[in-house]
Amino acid sequence: MEDKTIVCRCEDVTLEEIRQAIAGGARTLDEIKRLKRCGMGPCQGRTCRPLIAGELSRITGQDQASLTLPTFRPPVIPLKLGTLARGGAKNEQA
Amino acid sequence: MNRHEVIIIGGGVTGCSIAYHLAARGMKDVAVLERAYLTSGATGRCGAGFRHQWGTKTNCLLAKHAIARLERLAEELDYPGGVEIKQGGYLILAYTPKMEEQFKKNLALQRSLGIDARWVTPREAREIVPFLNTEGLLGATFCAKDGHANPFKVTDAYARAARRLGVKIHTYTEVQDIKIEGSLKTVITSRGTFQAPVVVNAAGGHAAEIGRMVGVDLPVVPERHQILVTEPVEQVLGPMVMSFYHNLYCQQTPHGSFIMGLGDPNEPKEYNVRSSWQFLSQMAQKVVWLLPVLKNVRVVRQWAGVYDMSPDRQPVLGEVPEVPGFYVAAGFSGHGFMIAPMTGQLMAEIILGLPTTLPVDMFSLSRFTTGELFVEPSVV
Ligand SMILES: Cc1cc2nc3c(=O)[nH]c(=O)nc-3n(C[C@H](O)[C@H](O)[C@H](O)COP(=O)(O)OP(=O)(O)OC[C@H]3O[C@@H](n4cnc5c(N)ncnc54)[C@H](O)[C@@H]3O)c2cc1C
Ligand code: FES
Repeated sequence: MEDKTIVCRCEDVTLEEIRQAIAGGARTLDEIKRLKRCGMGPCQGRTCRPLIAGELSRITGQDQASLTLPTFRPPVIPLKLGTLARGGAKNEQA
Repeated sequence: MNRHEVIIIGGGVTGCSIAYHLAARGMKDVAVLERAYLTSGATGRCGAGFRHQWGTKTNCLLAKHAIARLERLAEELDYPGGVEIKQGGYLILAYTPKMEEQFKKNLALQRSLGIDARWVTPREAREIVPFLNTEGLLGATFCAKDGHANPFKVTDAYARAARRLGVKIHTYTEVQDIKIEGSLKTVITSRGTFQAPVVVNAAGGHAAEIGRMVGVDLPVVPERHQILVTEPVEQVLGPMVMSFYHNLYCQQTPHGSFIMGLGDPNEPKEYNVRSSWQFLSQMAQKVVWLLPVLKNVRVVRQWAGVYDMSPDRQPVLGEVPEVPGFYVAAGFSGHGFMIAPMTGQLMAEIILGLPTTLPVDMFSLSRFTTGELFVEPSVV
């Protein structure tokens, strides 16, 4: 893949930036997420996590299946504060 | 066996700042031991706000010195890209006559120390935050130089600068026990054994556990605090809005997302970093009431971290008298991020036996036995 390829669409993070973080010593998905924001966007990393995990395992030789995944944090889908304030959300459109 | 001059336990902003300040003063044979990744504790979970608006001279001066350092941190530590400082001020809301009286006292003190903070009427508050609901508001205090930073980057900046000076940082290395023979401390970890005459406990919410390893009873207990972040939207909120009455704070980061949290007075004192649905709904109710424009902004993530609470909500800084060579920097009680530049500097000065830049006696562990507690009226 090209260096300028965007791997995290939510946060506009390129492959080059991921490679920089790994070159700077990051060895886990948690460390890369906190320095580059990838995985912090509205999709919560559903799109970018596998791509980043692949790159990390390719560069560092760690087995992709053995990488620790960042904690999946609630809510599962983005919810409006106004909806939450009304105590709704369960049956309402987010 | 890894032999060092100083071992620091904890890779949060405090531990990394202490390591950097020691190395910058010539003490380079330092190892930092962190059980997970850097910032995995409170540092990476915090609101990362900083304010000059305190109610005691000690805290005003500590904050003033620390914020001056944060403002220039990227240059000091040669950290290209910066640490995402935003100085939009803190607007601290007053809802009761008692609060108004205390805030005005605080302002007089702050101004006597050269801090440019002022009283604002509800109307002036709306000029600063146009969509603020001012129902029931008596007024507020505002200091334009308050703000927030990115805690991951601040810690990374200290860690990188420390490494360049020779400090060794060991992540995923959990301290399991400490043995003392004479002046030498042997630290047993999940990844081998380390030795040094000096050990610094900067383990945040786990500081009491580390204390027990050397037979010291530290009055520092973890207390959960929850927080959430929204999707990024255009910049509409300049300052951090803080209400002791509602126990909440809300800020908009340079990235565009809002970060907000609530304190829960009934939170049990235990180690718990799970987030709850109740928090989400209470937070939403309070913040939508106070800042109605936020009702259409979506929450993308919620999490929790712990405050390392001390009995008087002030840190413990210094050597433990019964265990020479064992130092503590913990008990930050929810404001350890903003003072970290000074915590690092003062701890380095204490450890190296140098005169301290600011007085530190009031932060000694012995205050809990002599009963000379430090009382700060202005905490969440
Ligand atoms: C929700 C929330 C909001 C906050 N908002 C603010 C704010 O706006 N402004 C502000 O100034 N402060 C704020 N704080 C407080 C601030 O986060 C802390 O005071 C500060 O980060 C403390 O840093 P630290 O390095 O001392 O502790 P931590 O960041 O907790 O670091 C301690 C480290 O020690 C490690 N550790 C623990 N046990 C062991 C062991 N046995 N072996 C090895 N390592 C170990 C942990 O993994 C951790 O990384 C907030 C805190 C929370 C939870
Ligand atoms: S693509 Fe990375 S967080 Fe959505």
